[in-house]
Amino acid sequence: MPANPATDPAGRTLVGMASANAQGITLDPIDETTMVVNMGPQHPSTHGVLRLVMELDGETIVRCTPHIGYVHTGIEKTGEYQTYMKAVTITDRMDYLSAHINNLAYTLAVEKLLGIEIPPRAQALRVMLSEIQRIASHLVWLATHALDIGAMTAYFYAFRDREKLLDLTEMMSGVRLMPSWIVPGGLRGDAPDGWFERCAAVVDELPMRFREYETLLDQNPIWRERTQGVGCITVDECLNLGVSGPTLRASGMAYDVRKVAPYSGFERYDFHVPVGTFGDVYDRYRVRLAEMRQSREILKQAIETMPDGPVRVGDRKVAPPPRQELETAMEAVIHHFKLWTEGIRPPAGEAYVPVESPKGEIGFYLVSDGSNKPWRMHERPPSFMNLQALPGLCQGRLIADVVAIIGSIDIVLGEIDR
Amino acid sequence: MSDAAKPGALTDAERLQALMPQAVISIDVSAGDVRVMVRRESIVDVARLLHDDPEFLYTFFSECLGVDYLDVHTGASIQGKAHRFEVVYNLCSLQDPASGALRNRRLFLKVPVPAADPEVPSVTSVFRGAEFPEREVYDLLGIRFSGHPDLRRILMSDDWSGHPLRKDYPLGGERVQFPGGTTGPSVGECVVQHAGESFTGRTGSVLGDVE
Repeated sequence: MPANPATDPAGRTLVGMASANAQGITLDPIDETTMVVNMGPQHPSTHGVLRLVMELDGETIVRCTPHIGYVHTGIEKTGEYQTYMKAVTITDRMDYLSAHINNLAYTLAVEKLLGIEIPPRAQALRVMLSEIQRIASHLVWLATHALDIGAMTAYFYAFRDREKLLDLTEMMSGVRLMPSWIVPGGLRGDAPDGWFERCAAVVDELPMRFREYETLLDQNPIWRERTQGVGCITVDECLNLGVSGPTLRASGMAYDVRKVAPYSGFERYDFHVPVGTFGDVYDRYRVRLAEMRQSREILKQAIETMPDGPVRVGDRKVAPPPRQELETAMEAVIHHFKLWTEGIRPPAGEAYVPVESPKGEIGFYLVSDGSNKPWRMHERPPSFMNLQALPGLCQGRLIADVVAIIGSIDIVLGEIDR
Repeated sequence: MSDAAKPGALTDAERLQALMPQAVISIDVSAGDVRVMVRRESIVDVARLLHDDPEFLYTFFSECLGVDYLDVHTGASIQGKAHRFEVVYNLCSLQDPASGALRNRRLFLKVPVPAADPEVPSVTSVFRGAEFPEREVYDLLGIRFSGHPDLRRILMSDDWSGHPLRKDYPLGGERVQFPGGTTGPSVGECVVQHAGESFTGRTGSVLGDVE
């Protein structure tokens, strides 16, 4: 997408991260006039336990080094000791703001190993859950990002509306944040009575809420001043660094896994991929707001076209039999027992299925040795890859811009450290 | 998974083999994923060719990861592999060179790494995004990346000894490596597998306060 600075009211131009170096800021040797400032790991604006060591020349950042690993809990190692069904629950805890989408990415990889196709209703419900989760995750991003820059009101409004979306997850699974509802073979259960009506009510309300956030922020001169032209990154720099998701799209490339490699039937829904032009903090804000609107469109279509049928595959080696069968059929009892004691045994092989999470491309690289536990369970963590852009984005900027930039790349430390 | 992308990545893999026959050990296609086994001394050249060549344009560095294939009971690698580790690079070509249209062509490059000499040339000179993932592989699996600008531990603390994702590194029962730490319980003592969980009992349908 060509950038035309003449038509942009703020006079922004498309510049990459390398421009800071071009402006004559040298990195080596360390100047005696610079000062090293430590930010985090206990800092409210680092969205978790991110520690940044910044070398400053006055207020200008010469060098920024992220230090991570403070909440490393060995999730990938733990995954190797769980059966395939039990490992679903630890995927929730990686990016704890988009648990459904983590479950989905893991589940699709297991299903690829198994070579199974799940029923249409389960597919449509997976799409709905992931879009509910995407809006909820973006609302947390909006709330905390705005709070970091000093706009406190948006925080309360966004969390109020996120609660309504979490209620939908709770109604379905009984849990707000760690549902583990999407499992290999389909879903753990169907939507309860009244779920779709409640979902439709939330979907109807959302456009008004989105306008409300925009009223608070969009034309706010302070917000614009703090975000426009700050933290610019080009498409080539994003790709080279492995940056994906809204950050990549704000720079102008419409790479969305839901469009280029559709999964779970996303090709059946009509939606756009919003892109930005300047790749700055403001464009990343605009892209995410537009994405929430598109997610809402997908939800609306999914409610209208929800197919009937089962939400689990009929294969008793993958999904358990219905409860009532256990009382009459011995075979069902055996299947149930085998599934919960031994679990699924996918054939030996490797699988990776990319999925679009609110942060970017997520996927699980699974290696199976034919046993009932994954030999290797690796997550491609979008936050981890996106964090690599931070040193370049901060270089040459003022220290006050760091919180705006961290907020705009939307990281979750649970996923970075795993 | 678009069907059109599958033969595309295979075409690229075959072209890569034709251009650099000494670098490519084998090509494996399973469930639509194309995996190319590459000799480790050639990995940087292969990455550079895939990145720069106008017909490949594998410009998106998705990630890289390491896998340990050691069977701790036999001391050999599983699945009859001659090497203990593999480093997997996940590369993507997102734009069609001719039309500029978006596509999703994914190629997995795999590098075999022997246990005796766990070192791989770093691809950070081609993909800057390899910096963190290579540090992670080094930290958790102990595979060194020569030419990496800043090869330090990234997730574990700097003074940690051992590489936790190796198969011979225990889960539980190891000494806690912090001052004042104690030896934790092993997993076998804590986890009791049981049957009897069921899918019923979900809540939510009792809420019923739909307007």
